Amino acid sequence: MTRSRGWLGALPLLAFFALVFGIPAAVLVAGALTAGGEPSLANITQSLQGGYLTAMAGSVKLSAVVAVLGAVLGTLLAQAVVTSRSTLLRESVLTASGVLANFGGVPLAFFWIATLGNSGVVSGLVGLPTGALYTFWGLVVVYLYFAVPLMVLVMAPALDGLRPQWREAAANNGATAWHYWRLVALPVLTPAMLGGVVLLFGSAFSAYATANAMVGTVVPLVTLKIASALTGDVLVGHENIALALSLDMVVVAGLVMAVYLPLQRRTSRWLH
Amino acid sequence: MAALTGLEQVTAAAPAAPARPRLWRGAVLLPAAAYFLVPLCASLWYTVHTPGAGVSLAAYGELVTAEGFARSLLLSLSLAAATIVLVLLLTLPAMLAVRLSAPRLRPVLEVLCTLPLVVPPITFVAGIGTALRTGADVLAPTPFWATLIAAQDPGFPVVLVLAYVVLVLPFVHRSLDAGLRTMDVRTLVEAARNLGASWPHVMFRVVMPNLRSALASASFLTLALVLGEYTVASLLGYEPFAVWIVTVSGSKGQVSVAVSILSLVLVWLLLLAMSGALARRNPVTAHPVKERRT
Repeated sequence: MTRSRGWLGALPLLAFFALVFGIPAAVLVAGALTAGGEPSLANITQSLQGGYLTAMAGSVKLSAVVAVLGAVLGTLLAQAVVTSRSTLLRESVLTASGVLANFGGVPLAFFWIATLGNSGVVSGLVGLPTGALYTFWGLVVVYLYFAVPLMVLVMAPALDGLRPQWREAAANNGATAWHYWRLVALPVLTPAMLGGVVLLFGSAFSAYATANAMVGTVVPLVTLKIASALTGDVLVGHENIALALSLDMVVVAGLVMAVYLPLQRRTSRWLH
Repeated sequence: MAALTGLEQVTAAAPAAPARPRLWRGAVLLPAAAYFLVPLCASLWYTVHTPGAGVSLAAYGELVTAEGFARSLLLSLSLAAATIVLVLLLTLPAMLAVRLSAPRLRPVLEVLCTLPLVVPPITFVAGIGTALRTGADVLAPTPFWATLIAAQDPGFPVVLVLAYVVLVLPFVHRSLDAGLRTMDVRTLVEAARNLGASWPHVMFRVVMPNLRSALASASFLTLALVLGEYTVASLLGYEPFAVWIVTVSGSKGQVSVAVSILSLVLVWLLLLAMSGALARRNPVTAHPVKERRT
């Protein structure tokens, strides 16, 4: 009796998932592997050439830069906040991180356009050259606005989990601060940090709204290419190129996520 | 800034402590504060100050009266409400079932709830768009066709709700999982059942009150995601709040930045409301711990 109820409880979610996620996924894969009504790899081949390849490389490079910079800066900020004695500082930074990590999309782009854009408030003061924001590094600066807070949220609990006893034990054994960080703290923190890097990579990689509102097509990114292909900007006979590009993206994101999942389990063994 | 003066006072009060870590902390916190606060202040200034015309709040007035403001915001809020209800209705029973009576399904559920993280929204929308077009062709002669069309009604696009449920599934799963970890679900449910509680009673009076904070954070994440979601909605051709911002920005720069500030304030207020609601409940749960200590 209970056993059958148990199955029933999970059934709606499974059915929903099969319908809403399964069908689009199947259509995506089938479409990407079809050209002119026949099974073929032509779309995939084309999606890995020329402008499409440049866009994919641009996306990967942007996401990697944002992920590494965001991870380093976010960890430093988290450490500065976690070790601080001021609860006010701690609470306000963590709350602000919660807000900013969830603040993305178009409003984020408008914030920075108003600040450092061509008629922005700050760009006039510091004499920023025209169009400086609408470049690769401009996008990095903008993406860090949500990436650093996200990293703070990831790292704060991990840094909290570093027990003072570990530091004391290391000090009693004659370790310097450098030894402690290199041999005790960093190995314990590494899984959380790598997990954070993957999370930042994923969110920068899949971001579309901010880039679209900011750079249009100035900086080649794969999400922008997919969107323009979806809205009809493709050669005749290559309508499925958007699906092929999407499949490429899923593969890249899947490879990165494959690193993340085992790491998450390792983190939970040491912290908490 | 106030936080920094607080730190200086600590230095004066405890001179014995080494000074280097504090210098280091200032060197991290000051640039961080500048990086995060300057765009905020600059955007605020941008909306109220027009070169040559001085300071005015006209952009905010214009925003509230702009064509489509109320309609798009209402659409976003109702989409968010529907998404929250649907995602909780789907995940909570499934997660309970997995813990109570079908443990073998647990890995399946975990994989399913992780998959949407691997799929960037734009690739998901590529799949949905193609599926909807193919579906319309395939289902044209059947009664399902009307359902498919009704689900794409611009007034209330059910398609978006379904897509959003998939997108928030990982986050909802993670926060509910964290909540369920903190309680002994099996004992609670069996005790309630033995005392004669019906299943709805168990859900609403036993399980959900214990999951209050997990449910709140799941709802907050869903709300924030749906309010800010642009990719899926714009590429499927609907106009909720985040898409409307872009439409209106084409003509009025100041108004669009004003909307952006409003949406940041909105996210912030939501987070405050959630944590406020949790803080008020906390003393009740924290009370036994305090008693044990004294």
